[in-house]
Amino acid sequence: MMEWQALALSLKLAGWTVALLLPAALAIARMLAWKRFAGRRLVEAALAMPLVLPPTVLGYYLLSAFGANSALGRAFIAVVGHPLAFSFAGLLTASLIFNLPFAIQPMQRAFESIPADVRPAAACCGMSPWRIFAEIELPLAWPGVLSAMVLTFAHTLGEFGVVLMVGGNIPGETRTIAIAIYDRVQAFDTRSAGLMAAVLLALSLAAIAVAYSTSRRTEPAGGG
Amino acid sequence: MAAEGRLFIQLAQRAPIPLAATFDCAPGEVLALTGPSGSGKSTILRCIAGLDRPRDGRIECAGEVWLDTQARIGVSPQRRSVGLVFQQYALFPHMSALGNVVAALGHRPRSERGPRARALLASVHLAGLEHRRPAELSGGQQQRVAMARALARDPKVLLLDEPFAAVDRVTRHKLYRELAELRRQLAMPIVLVTHDLDEAAMLADRMCILHRGRTLQIGAPHEIRTRPADALVARLVDLRNVFEGVVRAQDAPAGRTLVEWQGIVLEAAHAAPFAVGTRVAWTIPVGGVVLHRRDRPSRGEHENPIAGTVVECLALGDDTTVGLAADGPAGAQITLRVPTHVARRNGLAVGVRAGASLLADAIHLMPWRDTGRDAQA
Repeated sequence: MMEWQALALSLKLAGWTVALLLPAALAIARMLAWKRFAGRRLVEAALAMPLVLPPTVLGYYLLSAFGANSALGRAFIAVVGHPLAFSFAGLLTASLIFNLPFAIQPMQRAFESIPADVRPAAACCGMSPWRIFAEIELPLAWPGVLSAMVLTFAHTLGEFGVVLMVGGNIPGETRTIAIAIYDRVQAFDTRSAGLMAAVLLALSLAAIAVAYSTSRRTEPAGGG
Repeated sequence: MAAEGRLFIQLAQRAPIPLAATFDCAPGEVLALTGPSGSGKSTILRCIAGLDRPRDGRIECAGEVWLDTQARIGVSPQRRSVGLVFQQYALFPHMSALGNVVAALGHRPRSERGPRARALLASVHLAGLEHRRPAELSGGQQQRVAMARALARDPKVLLLDEPFAAVDRVTRHKLYRELAELRRQLAMPIVLVTHDLDEAAMLADRMCILHRGRTLQIGAPHEIRTRPADALVARLVDLRNVFEGVVRAQDAPAGRTLVEWQGIVLEAAHAAPFAVGTRVAWTIPVGGVVLHRRDRPSRGEHENPIAGTVVECLALGDDTTVGLAADGPAGAQITLRVPTHVARRNGLAVGVRAGASLLADAIHLMPWRDTGRDAQA
């Protein structure tokens, strides 16, 4: 049995994560690529933490931070009326934090690979900072930006540990497709689990294929 | 002073790169900023473009103040109207040659941009290559695109940062000729950064010698090479014959200053600023040292005659460079250059005795002062 609701929730979570993370990651990646400031290495290390931290550990800390005993949790309840934990908003917040390195690192590498004098050259051509970003930086960093978006999207679809810790398993609210697969396996419904796993696999493959083919096409023509 | 279109620069800072530079450049003039690597040449160029900001300074171009740290004026690069050709050209790799030039035409009406960009590319001999990307162009063609892009802005000053360093020799000489041709049509000041003295001498009207960010001397290339301001400049412009001596007599009526050097008294062109007894540095261009030819003795040989032993004899093409260790306690080495066939006919070889004359009018006296050491202190 395919759980369309769980799939839709996963896609919604992944879509929102990409949409909200994109502008923030662009700004942070640009800053890390070009600005030299004290503590830059520290910031980079902190942003890379989700790569090495076990998802359950991260999930545990996020759950504590979101709970009614924390300042953040209380503030959220005061404003929205329900706790951040075990809600879609809580899931999205966790997803944003968890995906920071997947979104930032490819973009940062892409911005770093832009030759040093190209941006000053654009300024000397009279281009405004906004035009330099839109017409020079973004097109040149595009493969990195795209692969960051695809990685984030695919990674969110498949995330399990953090989601389970922070969101639980509430249908329509926090029951993502990865949770549903686990749930079906626990209930010995391997047919449903297999079907949903295959859908997830296909989605991930498609995403990676899009990322690879686009980045190949945007490489400089003439092989030089 | 007529400020019409003129560029005035005055920069000063201690860190990160020390600067103490003052110069100007007239419309249509090519001024070469020359000095060893790390002397601040590129930094000065970036300050003019507005990409770097010095601690203290004032930059004025065509009557506009672009920088005045005292008045807290610092115009952004976008509003400075400079054309800058970067060392590695810094073309936009994802745009065609035409796109690169159009990108700098934002100040013109949209309908004019295409035709104007094509005309600029044609003026640098790139007609037909408009749609190639930088990676599909040779180094020389990339440099021309960079030049067209710099000119596209209708700049009030053209800045060239080592524009010939990244191409091969044949292409470089072709580009020299093109720049010489192009500059006749250009009415703005042109500042050329180069570490190559021959390039500077060939292309520039005036040279500005830089050392550790400090302007040491500004003048016509020939003047700097024959009359360097001090021993440091002489060393920086790679003069071979730089020695020290003591002024022994001043003979203004005869137009002569007598300098003692290694126990010999040399006659030099009159140099009024140096009192008798002053320690001086002196230099003579390689061309001012005349070999005493065994095959053809001349009457000029009594002019500052030097005798010595050949310690170096290096044939480089048509010319042979000869190092002559002068007789005397210190055995200073004087370098002269003779046509290779003359060297052969006179039997010049290492270990052979030879004589030469130092032409008095070619001897140039300088203060005995190492500006480099001053700057370090």
